[in-house]
Amino acid sequence: MFDDLSSKLQSTFKTLSGQSKITELNIAEAVREIRRALLDADVNYEVAREFTKKVKDQALEQDVLTSVSPGQLFTKIVYDELTQVLGGKQEEIRFATTPPTVILIAGLQGSGKTTFTGKLAKYLKSKGRNPLLAAADVYRPAAVEQLKTLAEQIKVPVYSIEEKDAVRTAREALQFARSNAHDVLIIDTAGRLHVDEKMMAEVSEIKKAVQPNEILFVVDSMTGQDAVNTAREFDKTIDFDGVVLTKLDGDTRGGAALSIRNVVEKPIKFISMGEKLDSLTPFFPDRMAQRILGMGDVISLVEKAQQEFDEKEAKQLQQRITSDKFDLEDFHKQINQIKKMGSLKDLAGMIPGVSQKLKDTEIDDNALDPIEAIINSMTPDERRNPHILNASRKRRIASGSGTSVRAVNDLLKQFSQMKKMMKTMTKMSKMGRAMQGLKNLTGRP
Amino acid sequence: MSFLEKLGFKKKEERLKEGLEKSRTGLLSKLGKAVIGKDTVDEEVLDELEEVLITSDVGVSTTLKIIRRIEERVKKDKYLNTSELQRILREEIIALLRENDTDKPAEFEAATPAKPHVIMVVGVNGVGKTTTIGKLAWHYKQAGKNVLLGAADTFRAAAVNQLTIWSERAGVPIIQQGQNADPAAVAYDTVAAAKSRGADVVLIDTAGRLHNKKGLMDELSKIKRVMSKIVPEAPHEVLLVLDASTGQNAMQQAKAFTEAVDITGLALTKLDGTAKGGIVIGISSELNVPVKYIGVGEQAADLQVFDRVGFVNALFDKS
Ligand SMILES: Nc1nc2c(ncn2[C@@H]2O[C@H](COP(=O)(O)OP(=O)(O)OP(=O)(O)O)[C@@H](O)[C@H]2O)c(=O)[nH]1
Ligand SMILES: Nc1nc2c(ncn2[C@@H]2O[C@H](COP(=O)(O)OP(=O)(O)OP(=O)(O)O)[C@@H](O)[C@H]2O)c(=O)[nH]1
Ligand SMILES: [Mg+2]
Ligand SMILES: [Mg+2]
Repeated sequence: MFDDLSSKLQSTFKTLSGQSKITELNIAEAVREIRRALLDADVNYEVAREFTKKVKDQALEQDVLTSVSPGQLFTKIVYDELTQVLGGKQEEIRFATTPPTVILIAGLQGSGKTTFTGKLAKYLKSKGRNPLLAAADVYRPAAVEQLKTLAEQIKVPVYSIEEKDAVRTAREALQFARSNAHDVLIIDTAGRLHVDEKMMAEVSEIKKAVQPNEILFVVDSMTGQDAVNTAREFDKTIDFDGVVLTKLDGDTRGGAALSIRNVVEKPIKFISMGEKLDSLTPFFPDRMAQRILGMGDVISLVEKAQQEFDEKEAKQLQQRITSDKFDLEDFHKQINQIKKMGSLKDLAGMIPGVSQKLKDTEIDDNALDPIEAIINSMTPDERRNPHILNASRKRRIASGSGTSVRAVNDLLKQFSQMKKMMKTMTKMSKMGRAMQGLKNLTGRP
Repeated sequence: MSFLEKLGFKKKEERLKEGLEKSRTGLLSKLGKAVIGKDTVDEEVLDELEEVLITSDVGVSTTLKIIRRIEERVKKDKYLNTSELQRILREEIIALLRENDTDKPAEFEAATPAKPHVIMVVGVNGVGKTTTIGKLAWHYKQAGKNVLLGAADTFRAAAVNQLTIWSERAGVPIIQQGQNADPAAVAYDTVAAAKSRGADVVLIDTAGRLHNKKGLMDELSKIKRVMSKIVPEAPHEVLLVLDASTGQNAMQQAKAFTEAVDITGLALTKLDGTAKGGIVIGISSELNVPVKYIGVGEQAADLQVFDRVGFVNALFDKS
């Protein structure tokens, strides 16, 4: 696959280094690579064709700057365009002026609707709302029990009736919400195929009966070429307001996101990153663009790095990494910066060639908070020489940081993993691949 | 109209065709358009073919493989017409799809070589594992087999309830230890019960898991391992369920599940939509594993034994 698209592009453009303009002829290979990367990422065939054409036209107008290589320039054009198409402004749920706000959840079978219903309820509850859930999937075996089980975990009530009547369930749930001071009603519906006329008529009926303020279309991020057909049909029938992309904790490139954005101009409002109810996240178009391109994006690394890194510190850091002196003290400093920049994995993934390797290393971002506490409880000496940490020191640190010895051990393990990763990055840079990125990190030409 | 048809049961071929209707017409009209007025298969036709295959989720590399082989044949015998092109295409794709392993029969009536014949069902979240088990149970039961279900998805909310309802629909017993029980223990107990009861077929449901989660994949290997403590060859079949609407990620799924539990067959679900499920062509060929079943709906009867010739014919045939 094309895990390091940008390095391919770099070599494609090596032949270009003496030339000052991107031309139809010298860009052809790169355009092909981009198109294939998009298709490998499940971007719809037609959408990929249009997209590459647009990017090519843009690139043709550009002069090759002396400061960036043509490869980098083209990469950035692709990335910027993709981010723009995916993005627009961040959009939230639209709440009703007079409660309850009614939110309708719809989508194909198994896409993650019921799980998302639970996640959204939890999210809204944490924002001080008082949601009610409606179990309007009257077909799938144990669908109601599933929703009830999830709702119980977050102490949110579920409205359901004995009769297998989805429209009535929704209507009555709305009545119930009104008379019981629920300010949000989330309606979980059965999975349905866009070609199933009867089922599409049903969801249309539900919409008519409860007049939702917000209709969300839930899509599995692993969806392939067919995403355009389903999104288009659902949009035709229920004119949804936003898209939820699920199962992004997998390793799919998620090209469906681009396809859907292209055929229905609706924002992606949430992404779902796990089976547990707390893994609901807002959508970031730039991260998605990187993911779809499956590349360590040199330009993006440069940009992010320039924003967040202090130049001098970065220089020191690079030296410490290359001379293998990176210790827990440095780690501590980095944590704060990494937190500002987004996820550790994302960050490392921006360096060409590293993302593939990282799949084998498990790096958990949530682990950052206790890590800070633990490092804070260490003496400077311990931070510099973690190998002196014996059992009694570990116990002291554990109690000082309000964690456990196990957490301390986990941290040490994680730290050594990170060091390993850093070494990989350094090795890569020695091979000249990530060099560009690291050089730019330090601001040197 | 037969009595069964009146009751709403359709003949096998009809269901298969119905499920594949959309893809068939789409493909044909495109191929037709590409060849009308031409007596050779030119560049343009091959471009069209590329589009048809890619939009069926066949994937770039498998598509290129198919096109290259067609190009070679076009080079050899210069004047191909539409029907010849279709025939060649059919042949090439059939050749890529692996044939069913006779040791692990997919036909429900066939005698199982082992008793109990243990089938473990795996896959990522929401692809249709539990439903496929419900359908398989129903079909085996219809074929007169003694079936036992094992509810080893103890994680997903109400997963045990869901499988229990399917066991009632199919009229077969189920071994379950409730939510949050140890899935390996459930699998172990199910195979043990099957052995002592003399069941013919055991179907083990497992929780959906993304293939990139190492811990969960290890758990799956363990579930598989414990069963062999009772029946050394068990599970005789490890069925990977793939959702037909899944794109290129299905290849990663198939590779990771093969590595963890050595899959022996594929089940392709949700072919009643407009998704083509073309990804199975590449998977079947690369991993040397046959597609065994297809799912064409949410009811018990909506499952068919995969027939590669029929599958490809249904994609390309006119009538
Ligand atoms: N890994 C992962 N699994 C998810 C995510 N969202 C949902 N799931 C899982 O996907 C499977 C299907 O989720 P459901 O919420 O039941 O999907 P649904 O759309 O309600 O399904 P139907 O009602 O049958 O159409 C379950 O196993 C969920 O736990 C996610 O973001 N990541
Ligand atoms: N249209 C259609 N729907 C299907 C088919 N197979 C399964 N489904 C539906 O897909 C959804 C998910 O099916 P399940 O059997 O729960 O999937 P699973 O893989 O067991 O899901 P988890 O255990 O949550 O990972 C349900 O709504 C099923 O009714 C099929 O062949 N066609
Ligand atoms: Mg559901
Ligand atoms: Mg299941």
